[in-house]
Amino acid sequence: MAGNNPTSSEYIQHHLQNMTFGLHPEHGLGLAHSAQEAQEMGFWAIHLDTMAWSIGLGILFLWVFRMVAKTATTGVPSGLQNFVEMMVEFVDNSVRETFHGKSKLIAPLSLTIFCWIFLMNLMDLVPVDFLPMLAQKIGAWFGADPAHVYFKVVPTTDVNATLGMSLAVFALIIFYSIREKGLSGFVAELTLHPFNASNPFVQALLIPANFLLEAVTLLAKPVSLALRLFGNLYAGELIFILIAMIGLWQLPLHFAWATFHLLIITLQAFIFMMLTIVYLSMATEKH
Amino acid sequence: MNLNLTLIGQAIAFAVFVWFCMKFVWPPVMQALQERQKKIADGLDAASRATRDLELAQEQAAEQLKESKEQAAQIIEQAHKRSNQMIEEARDNARLEGERMIESARGEIEQETQRAKEELRTQVATLAIQGAERILDSSIDEAKHRELVDKLAAEL
Repeated sequence: MAGNNPTSSEYIQHHLQNMTFGLHPEHGLGLAHSAQEAQEMGFWAIHLDTMAWSIGLGILFLWVFRMVAKTATTGVPSGLQNFVEMMVEFVDNSVRETFHGKSKLIAPLSLTIFCWIFLMNLMDLVPVDFLPMLAQKIGAWFGADPAHVYFKVVPTTDVNATLGMSLAVFALIIFYSIREKGLSGFVAELTLHPFNASNPFVQALLIPANFLLEAVTLLAKPVSLALRLFGNLYAGELIFILIAMIGLWQLPLHFAWATFHLLIITLQAFIFMMLTIVYLSMATEKH
Repeated sequence: MNLNLTLIGQAIAFAVFVWFCMKFVWPPVMQALQERQKKIADGLDAASRATRDLELAQEQAAEQLKESKEQAAQIIEQAHKRSNQMIEEARDNARLEGERMIESARGEIEQETQRAKEELRTQVATLAIQGAERILDSSIDEAKHRELVDKLAAEL
């Protein structure tokens, strides 16, 4: 546990705080020493732990898959190649079933989403105190106060990570919409549905209402995509932290929750991937 | 739980990963998969072709077997016919030979009989003359009566 006998709420809050690096108005450039300071750093701060873990896991995923891709044979596949091919085929089938247009981007995008999110979610199964404690020991060795070394290992419990991805997907949705329907088609889709009238005057009156409805629908996509993943993983992480606080009895409980959480981890990665495909296929299809 | 630069960092990292995956991971794996698919399809094709060939060969072999069996039967039939013919010929020859032999034997017997008759005639004539000589005790003119007895003997 962090510091000198912290209270339960301190312990939880400590676990839910990212390692934030940024420019503090009073203390200058450096790591935030508390949630308060992190808050004060504003937008131009960065979560080092989230970035490091997500990029590290992303590189791990790409390294493994690239290694297999380079040595891929058409003969009988070995163990790792078999696994990679299974993943690729699974994603390819999902994309084929849902996305009917032609795109070189969608399938690799989906594969990246699924594998990367799955790996990031998987960090949730590492015992909650293990890596933060390690970070505190290293921080203390460098002369920092262990109580103020924050370290969050699951990137998807950081809303920035999930929202970052979903915003990238959102950009793709808009890009595909405009590419397939043209700018005018995209605008028409936003303003001429669901209400339309043959009378031009009435139509003009209906445009704001249509736009309001359609804009909400459009904006809800990335927001719901990000918050669904974040919410599931954040809640899961919180329960792991709560379980970790109850002493010796945490072991069977931890095991039970980890088993159940394994399902959530996979499912959330799959949902994020599927919804991305669905949104992009909606963006490319003409109504 | 505050929104900050991480958001943009994540979006950029995500974009880079997707780009890398699209460029260097997806194509080779997909290519390997498709090539294997093609290879398997080709293999299955070849297998079915080989099965068809085998069936054809079996059919041919069966046909040839049937043909050769027919030929053999024909040859045996011919041999039978030939042998029967030969037996028939031999039998005919034998019968002819036999008949011929019987004929010649019969001729010989005839000749023998003729000769015996001739001899008998002459002997009978002599005997008769001798007998008559004895009975008449040489009172008869031999030359005169000889002619008479010869006539008698010829009538025998």
